[in-house]
Amino acid sequence: MKYDIVLAGVGGQGVLSVAAVIAQASMLEGLQVRQSEVHGMAQRGGAVVSHMRIAHGDIPGDLIGKGNAELILSMEPLESLRYLPYLAEKGRVITASAPLVNIPDYPDERELLAEVKKRNQALIVDAKGLAREAGNMKATNMVMVGAASRELPLSRERFHEAIKGLFGVKGTAVVEGNIKAFELGRQAQD
Amino acid sequence: MNEERVLLGDEAVAQGAIDAGLSSAYGYPGTPSTEIMEYLLEVADKKGGFFAAWSSNEKTAYEEALGASYAGKRVLVTMKHVGLNVAADPFVNSALLDIKGGLVLAVADDPGMHSSQNEQDSRFYADFAKIICLEPRNQQEAYAMTRRAFDISEEYHVPVMLRLVTRLAHSRAIVRTGAGKEPNPREKASDVKGWMLLPATARRNWSRLLEAQKGFAALSETSPYNEERIVAPANPADSAATEPEWGVITTGLARNYYQEAAAELPLHAHLHISLYPAPEETLRRFCQKLKKVVILEEGNPFIEKQLRGIIAPELEIRGKMDGALPLTGELTPDTIRPALGLPSREGTATDFTLPGRPPQLCQGCPHGDSYFALNDAVKDYEESIVTADIGCYALGALPPYQSIETIVCMGASIGMAKGAAEAGSHPCVAVIGDSTFLHSGVTALVDAVACGTNMTVLILDNSAVAMTGGQTTILPSSALERVIAGIGVHPDHIRTFVPLKKNHDDNVRLLKEEMDYPGVSVVIALRECLETARKRKKSGAAQ
Repeated sequence: MKYDIVLAGVGGQGVLSVAAVIAQASMLEGLQVRQSEVHGMAQRGGAVVSHMRIAHGDIPGDLIGKGNAELILSMEPLESLRYLPYLAEKGRVITASAPLVNIPDYPDERELLAEVKKRNQALIVDAKGLAREAGNMKATNMVMVGAASRELPLSRERFHEAIKGLFGVKGTAVVEGNIKAFELGRQAQD
Repeated sequence: MNEERVLLGDEAVAQGAIDAGLSSAYGYPGTPSTEIMEYLLEVADKKGGFFAAWSSNEKTAYEEALGASYAGKRVLVTMKHVGLNVAADPFVNSALLDIKGGLVLAVADDPGMHSSQNEQDSRFYADFAKIICLEPRNQQEAYAMTRRAFDISEEYHVPVMLRLVTRLAHSRAIVRTGAGKEPNPREKASDVKGWMLLPATARRNWSRLLEAQKGFAALSETSPYNEERIVAPANPADSAATEPEWGVITTGLARNYYQEAAAELPLHAHLHISLYPAPEETLRRFCQKLKKVVILEEGNPFIEKQLRGIIAPELEIRGKMDGALPLTGELTPDTIRPALGLPSREGTATDFTLPGRPPQLCQGCPHGDSYFALNDAVKDYEESIVTADIGCYALGALPPYQSIETIVCMGASIGMAKGAAEAGSHPCVAVIGDSTFLHSGVTALVDAVACGTNMTVLILDNSAVAMTGGQTTILPSSALERVIAGIGVHPDHIRTFVPLKKNHDDNVRLLKEEMDYPGVSVVIALRECLETARKRKKSGAAQ
């Protein structure tokens, strides 16, 4: 079994926090994990991408080859289209819906979302709305983890375990808030 | 203690050093090496056991490391590839020293220039200095090779380079760590001649280094880090041959991409090199039996160039130098496929126009206000020159600011403004950050004061080493004015302003006054980095 995910977003959106939860859940499951990220110059408000690889056996390389990703998971709709060459024919695109407009030539929002919807089994998630519902505007990342969770070879319980492991030190309220956001994302349908 | 942890390549190096009995660590922030020292600082803070500190620049860091080695202690120096250019003087000369405490130089190259001005390959430096170099291909090797590097350094009395690349430094995977070793006792080097590079002793040490090359070569020929095998195809029926007629040579990370493609290849031989100097006899024996060799290297064609030489061998060599692989950028699982004779793979695509989203200054960054003020200050002059430097403020080259004209290397802005001013240009303004200034701007300012040059230095002081993640500057902002006055800039022409929109007109006026002053003036734009301020408040609130 192998599962390759291209995580995308804009610098500062917490792409790496999403990766950390998935990585933790995978480790708890006893799977091999490899995850690459971008630091420094590339982060400042620019497009960021992380390659996340999960498998039963050894994973030699850090990078996903073209046409090999099972999933593109994006924090931002424009970014969800940027790495399509990596997506397998049967691969899926799951993205948060809210555009982050910090460039002058950002495309028309409706046209953009229509293009995303053309993708195989595309799922557009109102992460901001669901985070609000969960009572924590900062939990948009956890909503997206939830939205991706059904696709991943990991159980719901593993994710809960991972969230407890990563956020336990911050207290029960924080853990519960994150689990609520996770569950709302997991239930999200297009 | 045997443990399994998910670590960045950088973190694996740091943990490897700790488990090797590290006593000291020095470095300067530089993507993608920064996280090595950050990890060490965190551990030193929580558990102690060794000394770790950032230095002003890579040269002083390396020299501090040499002091620790002289005292008999194991020491790690960290920097990015261009940082080694700054440390080159002590680095090259240190190869002639009789290294006592193991000295490991962890240098992180940046193929693809994700955060750098160039793609220089540090293996050439190891070769130039004639030292041993190890090149890990994954996090586990980064951990194990760091430990081994210290042993090798002490056994052969030479600094050892550990060559990393961005993709390894900034990638996470599970690492199994082992039991730690105790630090060395403090015992300074016994023979001063081994640390004294007066011509007479330097000649003796140089001969010793040249003689030592034989030992390095023998190590390389027998090291398990240089590994040779025959690779049978996944389906034996695919190949009638029993002896491979062609082979693949990999170095470092390239092996990973090769390994994922190997199942699709017919029978072939494979040689992996991760300890340098490259094993020449092994290479000769390997190539002798083959008609064709494909060389995959992350970085410049270091081995490939040696193999090809000037007198082209009969062997067909495919690599970067003949266009089989791109000469620039990092390797990917896709770029190696044509070189290996494998078909390209495609994913999905879209016709939708995707505008680029380049990095930019954070919303509300003090540099933005400084640049708007600078733009208005210079616009009335016929010809101004604004030189700049390395840091977040380098993004001032992009819209909507487009304030700066040159970026070359750390500290270059001041010297370049001086040179342009002495060539007759006016006004000449050098834009530099507080940390960059302390790194290598001070000496250039000394030059300017010595010549009384008509120029202005604009220090963008956000009280942080921001671009690399917000490390603490080596001296606090409060010390800057004293340092500048101490160099000899006239106190009336050391001015400070706060870069905020509401101060725009005043700031423009101040800049113009100092640009018009026919001598050296230094203007400090002082406002804390938003990111570090936010983190500071957050950790303050948590306590």
